[in-house]
Amino acid sequence: MRTLKFLLQKEFRQIFRDPSILRIILVMPVIQLLILPWAADYEMKNIKLAVVDQDHSEYSRQLINKITSSGYFTLTSYSGSWEQSLEQVERDKADLILQIPLHFEQQLVKEDEAALFMAINAINGVKAGLGGAYLQRIIGEYNREVRMKWIQFPRFNPDTQIEVTSSNWFNPLMNYKYFMVPGILVILLTMVGTNLSAINIVREKEIGTIEQINVTPIKKYHFVLGKLIPFWILGLVVLTIGLTISRLFYGIIPAGSFITIYIFAAVYLLAVLGLGLLISTHSANQQQAMLLSFFLMMIFILLGGLYTSIDSMPEWAKWITRFNPVSYFIEVMRMVILKGSTLVDIKMHLLIMCGFAVGLNGWAVWSYRKRS
Amino acid sequence: MTAVAVNNIVKTYGKKKEVAALYDISFEVPQGELFGVIGPDGAGKTSLFRILTTLLLADSGSATVDGFDVVKDYKAIRKRVGYMPGKFSLYPDLSVEENLNFFATIFNTSIEENYELIKDIYIQIEPFKKRKAGKLSGGMKQKLALSCALIHRPSVLFLDEPTTGVDAVSRKEFWEMLKGLKQQGITILVSTPYMDEAGLCDRVALVQNGKILSINTPQGVVQEFPYPLWAIRSDKMLALQREAAKLSSVQDIYPFGEYHHVVLKKGSTAAQLEEFIQAHQVDNAEMKTATPDIEDCFIALMKPSIDTATDSLNENASK
Repeated sequence: MRTLKFLLQKEFRQIFRDPSILRIILVMPVIQLLILPWAADYEMKNIKLAVVDQDHSEYSRQLINKITSSGYFTLTSYSGSWEQSLEQVERDKADLILQIPLHFEQQLVKEDEAALFMAINAINGVKAGLGGAYLQRIIGEYNREVRMKWIQFPRFNPDTQIEVTSSNWFNPLMNYKYFMVPGILVILLTMVGTNLSAINIVREKEIGTIEQINVTPIKKYHFVLGKLIPFWILGLVVLTIGLTISRLFYGIIPAGSFITIYIFAAVYLLAVLGLGLLISTHSANQQQAMLLSFFLMMIFILLGGLYTSIDSMPEWAKWITRFNPVSYFIEVMRMVILKGSTLVDIKMHLLIMCGFAVGLNGWAVWSYRKRS
Repeated sequence: MTAVAVNNIVKTYGKKKEVAALYDISFEVPQGELFGVIGPDGAGKTSLFRILTTLLLADSGSATVDGFDVVKDYKAIRKRVGYMPGKFSLYPDLSVEENLNFFATIFNTSIEENYELIKDIYIQIEPFKKRKAGKLSGGMKQKLALSCALIHRPSVLFLDEPTTGVDAVSRKEFWEMLKGLKQQGITILVSTPYMDEAGLCDRVALVQNGKILSINTPQGVVQEFPYPLWAIRSDKMLALQREAAKLSSVQDIYPFGEYHHVVLKKGSTAAQLEEFIQAHQVDNAEMKTATPDIEDCFIALMKPSIDTATDSLNENASK
């Protein structure tokens, strides 16, 4: 115990003497949480729209007005020629072309039906998909409005109509920040945990102190615990900073209890610290450790359900996410913060995370050798 | 009592074991001896020390330190050896005192308990004890590293090239400190690439390419030098070396300080050399007998051209 106490004392001294570590721990969460949620926006705004209006009628103008007043689109070009608009797309000045053909109004009034053509720049898949969907919805609404004006309602509605109204549970205003901020906080915690612990041990290798430590009778688990505990505490500090920022700047107050979050985070941090240890035992220098953790981090983030929904991934990718600790924590964070889940609701997640913690740390301790 | 015994240690590196770092090394060091391992860079000194300090596993062969096997009883060895690696490896961001304290506590002791042992060394850096270790000068770093290696009163001390990159004054001081430690009964194994330090050891092993060329006292090594040795100089040193090398009685010639050392073939006289010097009187050529030192011996042992002589030396060494 005495050995461990002195190991911890030494680690904390080193951490507090290294201004760059403190900067990372304090500044990184603040900056990331203040900037990223605003940028990582699911809603598409300012989609650049080019309109080819060959009709120039009352109705076509109404339609264009309706589209531009929705707030999602900005009209970047209005012309009568398809070629001209396509050129705009080629120059990346337009994302979407809406073509209103000749006799649009006439057809609509006389034949009771008219066609529109929509061409979408699909280089950015998300933008194309969402832009197309928005536009379709606006046109649909427009269609309804037009019909409403014409139809003389009989006493009973001739068509059967099913009206769908929806209400958003747990996030009534569909505020995407409520959804993103907890996720970003998880990523932060993961980065702090993995990188700091990995680099710390590798640094001992680089300056050769690990050699000195290895010839001492110090026990393996003492050494490993001496490395884990300080970063575990720092991780919880980062979490606290993060939760404070989400409350102050985004008004996110967890529906569930803080205790649930902290209990899960405590176990989660053990798992990612174990990962950091594992990386460090397999790297000879800081570059290797950085590259390895960067690589893993990319996979964790992209397959973690932060930006893309896991449910929409192919089956094999879903399998990978099951081995991704980040995906569990993101889910738990959202469950607890938005839905108010309790420990009972997340007990499976917690159990799996315990498995990760034991597995990764066990592997790391096993592969840490005091001699070669 | 034997402090360190090494039996037929072999260590190779590389996937196909193609690089032999240590080739069938055997030697013994009695307790309380200051034993020098002398050899050029890449001779295998560090590998040997890492094996003895249980940091590296040998391919074959066995070794004991203080009677404990380096493979089986590594835990016992780690409690009783001090190791100072060639590279400064203390925490640069901790102060002198904190480093020493840290190493004392992980050996379950304290600075006060063994202060007697390190006093002479530590007292020199004590005025800077609040300074970070990374900000010390080379010589002070060395002293701190030695203090840290000694803080748990080891019975065997391994010093891997402790004087490499240290100035001449600090080197001399350092060897004085080692002598002091020897008096305390600590067995010391020290490796160095500097021949002039060999004379300060009780016994030395000359190592090259993973093989021990000779083990003897420094005096013994010198006495075994089997050739007549002369020193020559003139105003045109380079030409002198080139021409003297052509003489039939000259075995080897190499620059040695102000002079060239001329190694004559076994049993040959200096007559031919004298004649040669006479002929070069224009350039103020002169000659004198030289007493061989360790460096001469090492050069003689290393030269493949005098293989037969090496064998005879080796035979002596193994006796």
